[in-house]
Amino acid sequence: MEFLNSIFIAPFIDMGSAPDFLLQVVWEGFVSGVLYALIALGFVLIYKASGVFNFAQGIMVVFSALALVSIHKAGAPAWLAVILTLVIMALLAVTIERVVLRKLVNQHDAILLMATIGLTLVIKGVGELVFGGEPQSMITEELGIPTGSTVWEVFDGIVIFQHIDIAAAVIALLMVAGLGVFFSVTRIGRALRAVADDHQAALSVGISLNQIWAIVWFASGVVALVTGIMWGARSDVSFALEIIALKALAVLILGGFTSIPGAIVGGLIVGIGEKLFEVYWGPLFGGGVEAWFAYVLALIFLLFRPQGLFGERIIERV
Amino acid sequence: MLGPRLRGDDSNERKICLNTINVPVYGTRCSNLEEQMSKTILSKALIPSLAAVVGLAAFAPIAQAEDTMYMPSMSYRTGPFAGGGTPFADGYADYFNMLNERDGGIGGVKIIVEECETGYNTQKGVECYEATKDKGALAYSPLSTGITLALIPKSSVDEIPVLSMGYGLSAAAQGEQFPWTFVYPTTYWNQMSSILKYIDSNGGIKGKKIGFIYLDVGYGKEPIPLLDSLSEKMGFEVAKFPVGGKEMQNQSAQWLNVRKERPDWMIMWGWGAMNPAAVKEAVRNRYPLDRFIGNWWAGSHNDLKAIGKTGKGYLAANFTGIGQEFGAVQDILKHVVEKGNSKVASADDVGNVLYNRGMFNAVVLAEAITVAQAMTGKTAITGADMRVGLENIKLDQARLKALGLENFTGDVIGDCADHEGAGSIFLQQWNGEDWERMTDLIEPMNDTVRPLLEEAAAEYVSDKPDFTSQRCR
Repeated sequence: MEFLNSIFIAPFIDMGSAPDFLLQVVWEGFVSGVLYALIALGFVLIYKASGVFNFAQGIMVVFSALALVSIHKAGAPAWLAVILTLVIMALLAVTIERVVLRKLVNQHDAILLMATIGLTLVIKGVGELVFGGEPQSMITEELGIPTGSTVWEVFDGIVIFQHIDIAAAVIALLMVAGLGVFFSVTRIGRALRAVADDHQAALSVGISLNQIWAIVWFASGVVALVTGIMWGARSDVSFALEIIALKALAVLILGGFTSIPGAIVGGLIVGIGEKLFEVYWGPLFGGGVEAWFAYVLALIFLLFRPQGLFGERIIERV
Repeated sequence: MLGPRLRGDDSNERKICLNTINVPVYGTRCSNLEEQMSKTILSKALIPSLAAVVGLAAFAPIAQAEDTMYMPSMSYRTGPFAGGGTPFADGYADYFNMLNERDGGIGGVKIIVEECETGYNTQKGVECYEATKDKGALAYSPLSTGITLALIPKSSVDEIPVLSMGYGLSAAAQGEQFPWTFVYPTTYWNQMSSILKYIDSNGGIKGKKIGFIYLDVGYGKEPIPLLDSLSEKMGFEVAKFPVGGKEMQNQSAQWLNVRKERPDWMIMWGWGAMNPAAVKEAVRNRYPLDRFIGNWWAGSHNDLKAIGKTGKGYLAANFTGIGQEFGAVQDILKHVVEKGNSKVASADDVGNVLYNRGMFNAVVLAEAITVAQAMTGKTAITGADMRVGLENIKLDQARLKALGLENFTGDVIGDCADHEGAGSIFLQQWNGEDWERMTDLIEPMNDTVRPLLEEAAAEYVSDKPDFTSQRCR
């Protein structure tokens, strides 16, 4: 009876007795969700264009953030460091297309996945060689990202809003809107969708597969840089950040591998869900439930809605 | 008979290269051998046979020679914990290299330091051990509790001592049950008792709530039995906040729980990227940093320099000196760093918390070698001799002063039965730019902790009938 109480009654009493704290938990979950969604966006972009699950997205986040910080430390002003980092990410995209993807056109998905695992190891090795393994501090203030916090007094308590979290949410929403417009309105965006639907049909109407892949990997690099800046500002920039990208897998399963809105909604479900579960139900499991909550949720989705919330339902003739 | 020829008068450098064929060794250049060989006609004829010898030599123990001793360095300069592993490995290697440069080694025998990258991964650590143990390794310092736990059963079989300096299995303090493992100068359990003692002396601990945030691996969980035991004895409540390895940089949920539980003090057993993230989250949640104490792996320069002024007030345990003013550190700067033979990114990094701790790890091992040489009469000792040296080490203040480490740490006195020494710690505080020593040495609650260590040691060996033990008295 006590056990049932601790699952079905006590957490809700806790929520009701401290609504300010509940608001704080939901806000923190929202911010985490937005940041998960940012990582997931990078995966979605590449998956949409090439059907490749880019295992290297996590290390691209680390690589771009370390490049930014290192260039700034070398003496470049922040704006120039951002531009130079974007140039590096563009070169990386072209190199990946030329050296890896072009050789693997029409290969099985598993081969492409393995190629991105290899790519992860190469980028990690080069990153450690060039930038070293020590953690770096993100140049938050130099980039003009607001710091500090605002306190909202509500329900006889307080809710703290970190300005950097608000900035992360705004930037993520702007990126989603921008990518949405890019995909639906621009010529390249439409070409990209055509490639995603059918490689050969796209080629037959004159769309350059190589060009599209380079563009989409660069776009994914831009998303990686923004993600690296936001995550780096919350903690620091180190190779440990790569691990966070694994959470995006659960987000993608929830939202669908090909849907940009799905990445956002999936991110928010995971972010808010894991925070609520950790805070109100975590003690039942000895804490640390955040480490597995997202994957269990993803597993449940796989059982009942394998294409995710917004993913395309694939029906194949057999 | 080709072996002795290779270890001829002028071939010290050759021998080192041949034995560490895949890994560069400080101060050696394997290419010299190839260059010399190519200059002689005879060498062309000898290449096939030399190649065979190279193959054999790769498996031959280095320390059979009288002019070198081999000291492996289990390092991690890559991965999520590189921020801690890198300065430690630098300090460790630089001290031995300084002895080689300044004194010609120890007792006239040069030390070869060979790094093996573990990535803080237990499996890789064991692979490093297996790959290097036959090279004549004198001792292993795994710099990982997970790797230490894996090496403890192996060390007695291979007769190579493990020095897990202030980490690893706390129960290994019991020298009778763990003759091949050393945890000088103190254990996690004693460290925890010193921290609790500090809290008790700052407003009392009875009736208070202590929050314990920890990396959810063997290392982080290690002090929990003691914490639970002392909470009953001292009358405080414990709230635990595990942080999974994948959540190190995403701790907002744990800190929301901290806000919910409202602990009076927070103690952290963190490592690597977990530490700065925790301090930042504490600030975000307005937790007072002068009531937040990290253990000695959660208080390095790398942890706080990325945070800067925001982290002002945060406390951490330590047992080694901070800064460059020590004679031994000055000698490292002079004989190693200034000559460009160190891997440190900048000379300013010398003297940082983890650099000095890595250096002190080497100091303890070097002192054990000195003791072993004196006791055995040998110049190039073995792992078994090293164990004897570690048990008879006497690093008191007079000896520390002689080594250029005055007031660097508390005494480290070896003993057959006590492989820990019940050493003291001090607390340091981040002033926004650097660490400052804040307290005198805080002795552990040895009377309370020792019986618990004995109990834990007995329990560890109870289901291992073949585990090597010794009788000291």
